[in-house]
Amino acid sequence: MIESVISSLGISGFAVSMIALLVKIAIVFGVVMLHVAYATYFERKVIGHVQLRLGPMTVGPHGLLQPIADGIKSFFKEDIIPSGADRHVFKIAPVISVFAALGCLAVVPFFDGFVLANINIGLLYIFAMSSLSAYGIVMAGWSSNSKYSFLGGLRSTAQVISYEVALGLSLVGVMIMSESLNLTQIVEAQQKYWHGMFIIPQFLGAFVFMIAAFAETNRAPFDLPEAESELVAGFFVEYSGMRFALFYMAEYIGMLVMSSISVLCFAGGWTVPPFVINAFPSLAAVPGIVWFMLKIYFHVFVYYWIRSTLPRFRYDHLMALGWKVLIPLALLNIVITALIKYFC
Amino acid sequence: MPTQKEKLRKKELTINMGPQHPATHGVLRLELDIDGETVVKCTPHVGYLHRGTEKLGENRTYLSALPLTDRLDYISSMANNVGYCLAVERLFGIAAPERAKFIRTLASEMSRISSHLLWLGTHALDIGAMTVFLYAFKEREWILDLFEMLTGARLTVTYPRIGGVRNDVSEEFLSSLYKFTEEFPKNILEYETLIDQNRIWLQRTKNIGIITADEAINWGLTGPMLRGSGVDYDLRKYCPYDAYDQVEFDVPLGKNGDTYDRYRCRMEEMRQSIRIIRQCIEKLPQGPVMSPDAPKLTLPAKERILKDMEAMIQHFVLISKGPISAPIGEFYSAIEASKGELGFYFISDGTGKPYRMRLRSPSFIHASILPKLCEGSLVADVIANIGTIDIVLGECDR
Repeated sequence: MIESVISSLGISGFAVSMIALLVKIAIVFGVVMLHVAYATYFERKVIGHVQLRLGPMTVGPHGLLQPIADGIKSFFKEDIIPSGADRHVFKIAPVISVFAALGCLAVVPFFDGFVLANINIGLLYIFAMSSLSAYGIVMAGWSSNSKYSFLGGLRSTAQVISYEVALGLSLVGVMIMSESLNLTQIVEAQQKYWHGMFIIPQFLGAFVFMIAAFAETNRAPFDLPEAESELVAGFFVEYSGMRFALFYMAEYIGMLVMSSISVLCFAGGWTVPPFVINAFPSLAAVPGIVWFMLKIYFHVFVYYWIRSTLPRFRYDHLMALGWKVLIPLALLNIVITALIKYFC
Repeated sequence: MPTQKEKLRKKELTINMGPQHPATHGVLRLELDIDGETVVKCTPHVGYLHRGTEKLGENRTYLSALPLTDRLDYISSMANNVGYCLAVERLFGIAAPERAKFIRTLASEMSRISSHLLWLGTHALDIGAMTVFLYAFKEREWILDLFEMLTGARLTVTYPRIGGVRNDVSEEFLSSLYKFTEEFPKNILEYETLIDQNRIWLQRTKNIGIITADEAINWGLTGPMLRGSGVDYDLRKYCPYDAYDQVEFDVPLGKNGDTYDRYRCRMEEMRQSIRIIRQCIEKLPQGPVMSPDAPKLTLPAKERILKDMEAMIQHFVLISKGPISAPIGEFYSAIEASKGELGFYFISDGTGKPYRMRLRSPSFIHASILPKLCEGSLVADVIANIGTIDIVLGECDR
């Protein structure tokens, strides 16, 4: 659609696809950033209501303009670099975090046919990118010249590396079932089954993935790197203004990316299970993007729900859970899936 | 020239936790030497909130030192007031009338609930369960409103007086308090639903910060810190003051002496406090609220001062010199405050001011066990340990 509009302007050849791609990137970037801003609002509202209070109410009706006010505030705040900090590393760390988080969006199909880069190793690419984001955290922790952020950085490295393994293994079952690493093909593969969602045959994998995704994005109850009661704010304790906001953005983009992988790999992406369509034929008219968004919103809501309910893990328990429970479970899932695939 | 290998040496990382730190409950400062995530050495530093309460007490009359005690354990100022008034009453050999005794008992238990609620909220918040904090604060707000109804103040009440209490309770207050005692047990269940059986909570509190019964006694611990280790010692029960000998209640005890047992102890204590408050409301006798047998200790009524010569002189003497009939000697009296045994020690030289006023504050003594609890544990457990000793720095530093 975008291509036809551009070629009607008299441009032709390679330039059409390039401009179309840039337009698409702009759309994705804009929509995701808006979601990130309102994810913070949504979080404060959800947690507020869980805790018998209202959340932000002052800026705009029901506090709707709060994210914009927050954005303006952090943009105009003084940018402080602590003395003794490694200035270059200090400056580049938040950029790496945001870059890695945004990079993941390139391979996420938002609905049928709308994906920035339809590459055949989509999942591997996402793993690579989300591992990169750990560098941002480590570098921030190291360069701040503060013991608290250093500890936060150390914790985060250990955590991200351990849970990366579980995260990767939990998706192998999905790869076996769909015989592809391309996210669009994974979604299409789910449509061939009656259930239309891999969460039913791959419940073990989905379970491991959910937990590992929480740890991977440093969200509660695995928010050890930024445990405010122990390490005050962890790796970004010395950051202020926009650099601090960049870390925040990276965390929320990461959360949205993890939710979208979960939706794409386990919940059928933009599709609805066939039996639901058979039961309510009128639902087929709903555009795919709506289903995709609804599923993501539900996921994000679960993130907030868990954050407001559970206490925080201790470092050694976290490691024990990752290595002794999640990885064996994920391996078991791979073996079972492979056996069924081979013999049936 | 030292070789490269000789230059490299292993050294613990020293971090300074506090005095500005969200989990140190005020201005406690811990100097931690950590090896990775393990604490090798822990040194508490106190004194950041020192306001010289003991010295101030020496320069004020027995009557006017009362508001200082509000600022000790500001979470349960009522218990401090009661402790101080009781100590002075015992020193002068008088007693509050029955009705005042019941009102004090009831008010002390209210402050125990409010203190335990704050402890529960912050302890859970430190461990990461932040919803408990707001749930607990909802009910704490209710108690503070009740305090306001009773005394006119929410936090620093200065309600008890030497020889009684300042004003009588109203029927309206009693009925709202009774309503609170009916509702509150349901709220305790609500907090317990959130954390009591939660696996993460159990992992974070069970077998963390174990204190055996012998250790607890040797370190001089009191209150829930001692009872969590299974030592049956409660001044309310075994050395009753005010109306505690006329109400029935149990003393909850722990078994293992770990953080979880102390948590259970305090939760049960809140239930027992509700029991005590109910009995106090039901048994509240009629009569005066200020002792009539202490004319030399209590200020006369304002109308009398304006009309009666005697009363005016008494007022003048009490304000300028203080109660001058104090017996000479040393004297110690203690009560069971929400954090432990709160003791007042006076050396009296017969003037209206104590020669020396010394406070035995449970928080100070409990802070001394922190190194024992923390050394060898993880950084995350330091937070759980600070939470479990339920420290208030106002009382610790005095």
